[in-house]
Amino acid sequence: MADRARLRGPEPVTVELSINHRTRILEIEPRTSLLDALREQLDLTGSKKGCDQGTCGACTVWVDGRRVLACLTLAITCEGREITTIEGFSDGRRMNAMQRSFIKHDAFQCGYCTPGQVMSAVALLDEGHASSDAEIAE
Amino acid sequence: MEFLSPATWEEALAAKSAHPDAVPIMGGTDVMVELNFDQHRPSALLDLTRVAELAEWGPDGSRVRLGAGVSYTTIIQRLGKHAPALAQAARTVASPQIRNRGTVGGNLGGASPAGDSHPPLLAADAVIELASVHGVRHVAAREFYLGPRRTARRDDELIAAVLLPERAGPQHFCKIGTRNAMVIAVASFCVTLDAATRTAGTGIGSAGPTPLRAVAAEEFLTAEFDWQGAGPLSEAAVRHFGELVASAARPIDDVRGSADYRKHALSVMARRALSWSVTDYRKGEAQCA
Repeated sequence: MADRARLRGPEPVTVELSINHRTRILEIEPRTSLLDALREQLDLTGSKKGCDQGTCGACTVWVDGRRVLACLTLAITCEGREITTIEGFSDGRRMNAMQRSFIKHDAFQCGYCTPGQVMSAVALLDEGHASSDAEIAE
Repeated sequence: MEFLSPATWEEALAAKSAHPDAVPIMGGTDVMVELNFDQHRPSALLDLTRVAELAEWGPDGSRVRLGAGVSYTTIIQRLGKHAPALAQAARTVASPQIRNRGTVGGNLGGASPAGDSHPPLLAADAVIELASVHGVRHVAAREFYLGPRRTARRDDELIAAVLLPERAGPQHFCKIGTRNAMVIAVASFCVTLDAATRTAGTGIGSAGPTPLRAVAAEEFLTAEFDWQGAGPLSEAAVRHFGELVASAARPIDDVRGSADYRKHALSVMARRALSWSVTDYRKGEAQCA
């Protein structure tokens, strides 16, 4: 019916996601966060779970090219969108320039949130907000 | 938990009518925290991310109509001219990732007294557009916040948009947090000077059970300010304005700050925001002359 929104759940539902240009089919409860779907269902554990409340940024991924927090995004709402994770960032042999730069400048503390930092840093450059140290700090 | 995913606004309104308990979710930046920590287990989620018109904005007569699903990032990039205080407030929201997702509609739906959108909406006398299958109604932001996280929105209604009056003067927003970025406000404040109506507006955040206005401060400033000649305000008048703002707050002691600190911070922010606004107003007058 045209005026009725589709009702799904509460039992696990089939969700089709495009992750790093690959179609993945999952069975998940509608309440599952994108982060849990990536880590628990798809073994894409590069995106880290730090705070699970949108504070730390360790789970930063891109949805349709924009940086978002996977812990605050429902996986089911990403159907039809393109998700990019840290695993989609290199071709498996050669890291990208941001990753190489992190290594060159020893930009790590414990390293746990580095994937989120890399995802966010590349988006920062793409958004054009990195012309000076002051702008980056802002 | 059931999941409703309307593709159109009509479907969304019908779904909300059929499932008044369903929690609307757009950016998810508030709702997901409650789900992840099991603070709240709604019977259903109503996903609004596919309703394209919610993310639209544009002129609406003499006002600007801001769809409830417009992200803070878009507000920063596009609405600085139309709603400078709201754009300033948007810049202080959390992180870039959250600004890419969070919306004014979500801020209004959650109605946390600490929400950054509220003081600019109060000060600028914005209007909230609510819709249900029965029709559309408009509620002034100044009558929208009823109690802690309680608003004038009825269970079968969705927040469609915010209507921002045409700006006719300076606006300034200030916020104090426990550090410079990625913080919830300890206290926040907004002031507007409207040359068209010759009235001042205010909004106070995070210093009471709801977002508040400082009505006595508005009345004082409306009467005291030299709207015609744009003469400077005396230091005593600026100080008195700050005191009136602080006395309008009803803060509590909590993990982010004490009630006394919040009142003090509000008086300081009110003086600063007013001084910046008067300077802007005087510059504007000079350009017209």
